[in-house]
Amino acid sequence: MAKEVDSDYWVRDFVKAEEPKEYNTLNVGPTHPATHGVFQNVMLMDGEFIVSTEQTIGYIHRAFEKIAERRPFYQVTPLTDRLNYCSAPLNNMGWHMTVEKLLGIQTPKRVDYLRIIVMELARIADHLICNSVIGVDSGALTGFTYIFQNREFIYEIYEEICGSRLTTNMGRIGGFERNFSAKAWGKIRFFLKDYPAKLNEFERLLARNRIFMDRTIDVGAFPADRALAYGFTGPNLRACGVDYDVRVMNPYCSYEDFDFIIPVGQNGDTYDRFMVRQEEMRQSLSIIEQAIAKLDKMEDKETYFAPDPRFVLPPKEKVYNNMEALIWHFKIVMGETDIPAGEVYHSIEAANGELGFYLVSDGGRTASRLHFRRPCFIYYQAYPEMVKGAMLSDAILTMSSMNVIAGELDA
Amino acid sequence: MFQIKPERNKLVVTKLTDQFSNAILSNELQTDMLCIHVKKEEIQNVFQFLRDDSELQFNFLTTLCGMHYPEKEQLGVVYHLHSFVNNHRIRIKTATEINNPIIPTLTTIWPSANWMERETFEFFGIQFEGHPNLVRILNVDDFVGFPLRKDFPLEDQTREDKNDGMFGR
Repeated sequence: MAKEVDSDYWVRDFVKAEEPKEYNTLNVGPTHPATHGVFQNVMLMDGEFIVSTEQTIGYIHRAFEKIAERRPFYQVTPLTDRLNYCSAPLNNMGWHMTVEKLLGIQTPKRVDYLRIIVMELARIADHLICNSVIGVDSGALTGFTYIFQNREFIYEIYEEICGSRLTTNMGRIGGFERNFSAKAWGKIRFFLKDYPAKLNEFERLLARNRIFMDRTIDVGAFPADRALAYGFTGPNLRACGVDYDVRVMNPYCSYEDFDFIIPVGQNGDTYDRFMVRQEEMRQSLSIIEQAIAKLDKMEDKETYFAPDPRFVLPPKEKVYNNMEALIWHFKIVMGETDIPAGEVYHSIEAANGELGFYLVSDGGRTASRLHFRRPCFIYYQAYPEMVKGAMLSDAILTMSSMNVIAGELDA
Repeated sequence: MFQIKPERNKLVVTKLTDQFSNAILSNELQTDMLCIHVKKEEIQNVFQFLRDDSELQFNFLTTLCGMHYPEKEQLGVVYHLHSFVNNHRIRIKTATEINNPIIPTLTTIWPSANWMERETFEFFGIQFEGHPNLVRILNVDDFVGFPLRKDFPLEDQTREDKNDGMFGR
């Protein structure tokens, strides 16, 4: 039989606030299921509350900026895959466009629209992972298992377009390596028909769910002025109410031909970040539909690269039968094309924000300096300030809603 | 594509030269944006001015990164600024001698400069004066050398099976 406690036992237990506080140190990471990547947070805890956080990053640092200084441009594309590996095609296209900007290559409209289709698919795949993982971290696994089928389907589309799934190495400088196949078009059209209903179902599971709302509303809220000072971009900044989107502010790749809205939040909390991403997926679907409509109207169904012999591989039949084609093929593959000297900064709206490439060429065959502006690396600094005084479980949700990707953090 | 805005570029240059006549070394229009070379001693004042001036309003530090100029024996930092209000981007460059690589920090103006400066310190060995926590960030703490300087070898230099000279590198 349990020992009987005297009547003021419970009262005594709670009224002990005068004693000096004892803090505990808690390691979240480097390999922790809640970080969804390899980075560490050393948290000083007062019970369930966070007093301070110290971050350690760099566990998967691969020195891409150094490697890129010794590689021809087309070999840098696979490095960009591994920045934000949840949306590799976005990084690939951003890199191609940077090189095209330096070289002054004008891509045909059809290439731009094909790229937009791929980039928006990648954005959907990235937001889909982030949002479903917010659900998982708040205890709702169901939405994740439902919607991951669609992410799988997007990867199948990638496979039809370029042959690989996660680290895509998609496209070439000047365009694509091949035209989209009939099967790829079929899958894209099926996705457009199939996905909106699934997305709505997913949103119905979470958006007005009492538990989810209690766990996310006002959790990890960050005011817009601090967000700007900390260099936030992308959905995290838009959730704070700042309508900055590179696609609209500095249109690239013919985004100016498209009609879409920038969703913004109000409080910059986890719920707003979730809802902004949800709406962005819908906008992306609409952009893809517009792009397909524009492509259907075009006479030309064959152009998939800009005719620039310095970077676009000639077709194989020509390589075997034509001297010039063989020379160009050799020069491209061996990276023997001289790049004009100059420097250029190009940025795209990647899934996490402004992904920038600062490329400096001194007239050699490789970049003399290449710097990636990785959105994660810059906004993740704000994390200690965001979670100070919060509960541990809320800090985990804040982290997953910021969509911190270790590959992009470390480069 | 970024728009080059000649009238805004001109405004930036006139305002800066009026305010800091001896700190602005030169300016040039590059392929994509205006680039201004600034003396490193005045860098904090220049950025403070660019951010707080009511007409310029460069409220966003897009990125900063280090540079190594081996032929000039210099290290440099390249800053990209963006004014959301005017949708205008500029590039600011500053340089320092490699023997005395000290540049004032921007963390007092933009907290986002914190990690970017740590990264630059780690890769180039540039000391950011006034930085609250200038330690290595991506590599291990006892790492020796500054990996993004041009004299830092990419691969193991004892290898003999590769001759990069054949590829013009």
